[in-house]
Amino acid sequence: MSMLVRIAQAIALPAAAVLVALTFGGVLLSLNGFNGWDVFTVMIVGVLQDTRSIAEILLKSIPLILIGVGLCVAFRCSIWNIGAEGQLYAGAVAATIVGVAFEGLTPWIYVPLIMVAGALAGAAWAGIAGLLKVYFRASEIVTTIMLNYIALIGTSYLVTGPLRDAASAYPQSARLLKEAWMPRILPPTRLHIGILVAVALAIAFYIFLFRSSAGYAVRVVGINANAARYAGINVGRNIMIAICISGGMAGLAGAFEVAGVTRRLYQNISPGYGFEGIAVALLANNNPIGAIFSGGLFAILRSGSELMQITAQVPQVLVSVIQGMVILSVVAFGVYRFRSASRSQ
Amino acid sequence: MEDVATLGFIATTIGATWRLATPLIFAAIGEVFSERAGVLNIGLEGVMLVGAFVGFATMFTYGSLPLGLASAIAACMVVGLLFAFFTITIKADQIVVGAAINLLGMGLTAFLFRTYFVGTGRGVEIAQPLNIPGLSDLPFFGEAFFRHNAIVYSTVLVVLLAVVVLYKTSFGLTLRAVGEHPKAVDVVGRSVAAYRYGAVMIGTGLAGLGGAFLTLGHSNQFVENITSGRGFIALAVVVFARWSPVGAFFVAMLFGLFYALQLQLQAQPALNIPYQALQALPYVMTIVALVMVRNKADTPKMLGVPYNKA
Amino acid sequence: MNTQPFLRMDNIHKRFGDLVASGGVTLEVEENEIHSLLGENGAGKSVLMNILCGVLSPNEGQIVYKGAPLRLGSPREAIRHGIGMVHQHFMLVPNLTVAENYVLGQGMPARVITDMRAVYARIRELSERYGLDVRPDALIQDLSVGEQQRVEILKVLFHGIDLLILDEPTAVLTPQETDRLLVLLRDLVKDGKTVIFISHKLDEVMTVSDRVSVMRDAKVVFTTRAADTNPRELARMMVGRDVLMELPRTNRTPGRTVLSVDGLSCDNEIGLPAVRNVSLEVREGEIVGIAGVSGNGQSELALAMTGLLPVTSGTISLNGEEISRLRPGEVNRRPIGHVPEDRHKMGIVLPLALTENVLLQRYNRPPFARHGLLKFGTIAEHTRDLIRRFRVKASGEFDLIQNLSGGNQQKLVVARELARDPDFLLINQLTRGIDIGAMELVMQEVLKQREAGRAILLISTELEELFAICDRILVMFHGELVGELPPDRNRIEEMGLLMAGDRQEAAQLAAARVQ
Repeated sequence: MSMLVRIAQAIALPAAAVLVALTFGGVLLSLNGFNGWDVFTVMIVGVLQDTRSIAEILLKSIPLILIGVGLCVAFRCSIWNIGAEGQLYAGAVAATIVGVAFEGLTPWIYVPLIMVAGALAGAAWAGIAGLLKVYFRASEIVTTIMLNYIALIGTSYLVTGPLRDAASAYPQSARLLKEAWMPRILPPTRLHIGILVAVALAIAFYIFLFRSSAGYAVRVVGINANAARYAGINVGRNIMIAICISGGMAGLAGAFEVAGVTRRLYQNISPGYGFEGIAVALLANNNPIGAIFSGGLFAILRSGSELMQITAQVPQVLVSVIQGMVILSVVAFGVYRFRSASRSQ
Repeated sequence: MEDVATLGFIATTIGATWRLATPLIFAAIGEVFSERAGVLNIGLEGVMLVGAFVGFATMFTYGSLPLGLASAIAACMVVGLLFAFFTITIKADQIVVGAAINLLGMGLTAFLFRTYFVGTGRGVEIAQPLNIPGLSDLPFFGEAFFRHNAIVYSTVLVVLLAVVVLYKTSFGLTLRAVGEHPKAVDVVGRSVAAYRYGAVMIGTGLAGLGGAFLTLGHSNQFVENITSGRGFIALAVVVFARWSPVGAFFVAMLFGLFYALQLQLQAQPALNIPYQALQALPYVMTIVALVMVRNKADTPKMLGVPYNKA
Repeated sequence: MNTQPFLRMDNIHKRFGDLVASGGVTLEVEENEIHSLLGENGAGKSVLMNILCGVLSPNEGQIVYKGAPLRLGSPREAIRHGIGMVHQHFMLVPNLTVAENYVLGQGMPARVITDMRAVYARIRELSERYGLDVRPDALIQDLSVGEQQRVEILKVLFHGIDLLILDEPTAVLTPQETDRLLVLLRDLVKDGKTVIFISHKLDEVMTVSDRVSVMRDAKVVFTTRAADTNPRELARMMVGRDVLMELPRTNRTPGRTVLSVDGLSCDNEIGLPAVRNVSLEVREGEIVGIAGVSGNGQSELALAMTGLLPVTSGTISLNGEEISRLRPGEVNRRPIGHVPEDRHKMGIVLPLALTENVLLQRYNRPPFARHGLLKFGTIAEHTRDLIRRFRVKASGEFDLIQNLSGGNQQKLVVARELARDPDFLLINQLTRGIDIGAMELVMQEVLKQREAGRAILLISTELEELFAICDRILVMFHGELVGELPPDRNRIEEMGLLMAGDRQEAAQLAAARVQ
């Protein structure tokens, strides 16, 4: 019985939080001369029309789930990685460099290679902030945000300079080689294998966090670093593990965007997936399985906001407002019960 | 290359440094108040955006600079109230709420800007440099120090005021105690929550002023994400300044210099550096600054920790 | 004479959620007396006094003070009426000066503090009058615990207090400092003040009080004149039954040396020398105690012995193996058990289940983990076993440990450490903050370990605990071991002198005893 109650709670509270956020969005629209009901009719229901639109939503959910799951691990370790956006770009850049380099490679090797390259680059980019935290006690909140800006500026440099496709009028890279493209699983839609990878990784990281010794160590470090030391757990190493996992997941998301969706690198390949991932993890109360669903929900909201821009000229940034409100409602309703360790150490 | 070494270049750079430091000075000093009381507000970026937008929108509509500044401060204090409610009354995690404030600030300002202003293309009249007889026309010094608008000069006033309030008043004494040992304040009958609310609202009000400076004292337009990370840089400024208002003033100046150099050097065609390298300068230096502060002993002990009475 | 007492707390109720901290307490205090409030940890003494000084609001009840009802829940109202409290955890802001702490929260917030000279003068005057030796411009963080306590007492006097409440003031003092404090309290009463003295130490209460009230289970159960009672009666009142004042202990000759520490030094967290040249040995079947006022390097010694603090010089050997340079994870794999000083800070992970707390040091090895995955069945079974053997009160092995009382948390920590079957058991504060029932159980369990031939080192600030179970007691002062005494209560004065670092005086006393 109590299990049922707990599951019901785990669903009802986030649902209520989302409802409050949507209502706020609706009121905001009404106050500014738009149709407030669009939030429910267009944004949620409107996008769930046919296979194609659902496939597009699933496509958008890939980076959100990946980043959200990675941040579940980081947040469980009390690592405030706000830099998933930059890590996504690091992964995208690495995937691009690899993706244009090896002509004649079979997809059986090329596709995994792209994924690994993206994940490693993301992990390394996040690892910088991790090292600065472990060795210099520099707040990862500030460093990861600064690394976001540096990654975006770096990408801008690469696509206007070394990686630029000379044949193109726009600042963008050459197209990735065909063998490096992510195989599509539901033609003619763009949905690719990334969705399967994302769900599999969510389950894997759930097991990691709650069923493995290594995940236990990460969680103890996140709740009580002193107790972790007492237990013989290396705090610095686990901080690195957690931040690199979250960075690796964001990097993988970047690789999927380049090799599965845009097929080229350019300046704005991410509409802010890295920041949205924070809300995905929080709504899931840092549970990777929950992040599959919250990631899907945010993908619906994003698709819906695009549709509203087209049909009703509602600025698409509305989605950021709703995300912010989701976080606040989640906090207010006590969905997000996880309390981080005292930062004073 | 010759240009770089001239006095004129140096004077312009100094002048630009102070101007570009101004939003950081306001935001960082405000955050000193907030963090001294134990509240870490990483939502500063979103707050500054609200200040920039509200200031711009008010000026656009009513054409009054004082009204623009006042409404920006007021709006940001309301945002501060929201932040304070969640972090102090509900005792939610300050970082989580801060992240939400950033999303809301970014989303709401962009939403309203696109709805009402994006088509107009018009700017607003910004605060004009004061002409100080005798001083503004001085060679070198005039350009560097005496051709700024009143908002830039007011940074000095804000620092002095901050020092007096924080170190010379009963309010400041209590506020500093609240971030170190809140219970000691509670037992003498002062409300920890009230002081934290106050500190947060001083912090967001000043951040709002910093944001408003961007649209009313610097550029004459609002652009989405016009703050481009200044709210986050202000957080690093506070750490590097070791939670001192005077320190925050000078550290912010240092960052102003990085911004100024970035702009000035971009205008030097002879310099063969990709402009992105210059663009990245303030962000890289923020990381460097954080790494350089090895001793974190000055950190308010209760920073980020909600206060439980029982 | 009127029948109205100086202070009457009437039918006070205070609840925190399900927890009843005051269940209809009635307490009367007369003017110009020292009234002791005696009770176990958790009996509700501190909560009651926090209500009196306005920090907490009661759910029900009223307070009549000097013949008039007191407005409740307002610390400033209490201070205005001359009620002041020295809290167990000092209410001093470490990075402010003494004088700044005294004016904290006084006057209007907008008041500009320009002249502290008057404040300084008044502090000096009061300090001289009561011989407290408090400098107004000293920073709190530079003061020792004893000095801070004097600063706290003077703060209350500075505020012009008539009714002074002291919450467990002697917990951080040496016996000599305690004596000095008790003399000071007598002086204050002579000056017309009234004192409420909270303690759980029977001897102090007997020495200093005019009257004693005993609290048990959130109620005052007994009030008497100190002259009309005795420690045994008070103890019985505290726990509601007769307590074993002495634990039975067999005579046992210690065996081979299990642990030996030689010339050990280490620094504290901020890099200052904390442990200086400490050498000691613990043998099989022996409980060695380390006494000392807290903050004299005991914490650092314990951390250094378990790899949690780097050793600057010296060696630690366990069964002949040098372990002082090992990391905590490696130390954990040796037969060492460690009950840490502050269980909330280090010994347990509050928001996790009992199972996940039992797992702590062995999370990555058999029998609890295999191939990197946790074996929940084994862990749960083991946890159930510990719960049963140590009579831990919990709703089950998956209950969160934060839902347990302090005593039950400590039982689980001790159970976990003993279950690791250690040759050497390091205990830092065995009974801190736990009820008498749990206290007896863990002390008996530790004595059983002694019977089983384990080597045990017990660091404690509670002399009673040390006298009760140790075979010999070392005294630590300023990071050094300054003496060794048998667990003989008759030599408490000597021990106090050693705890205060006065070796000469202690030696003279010892010499006098021999003669």
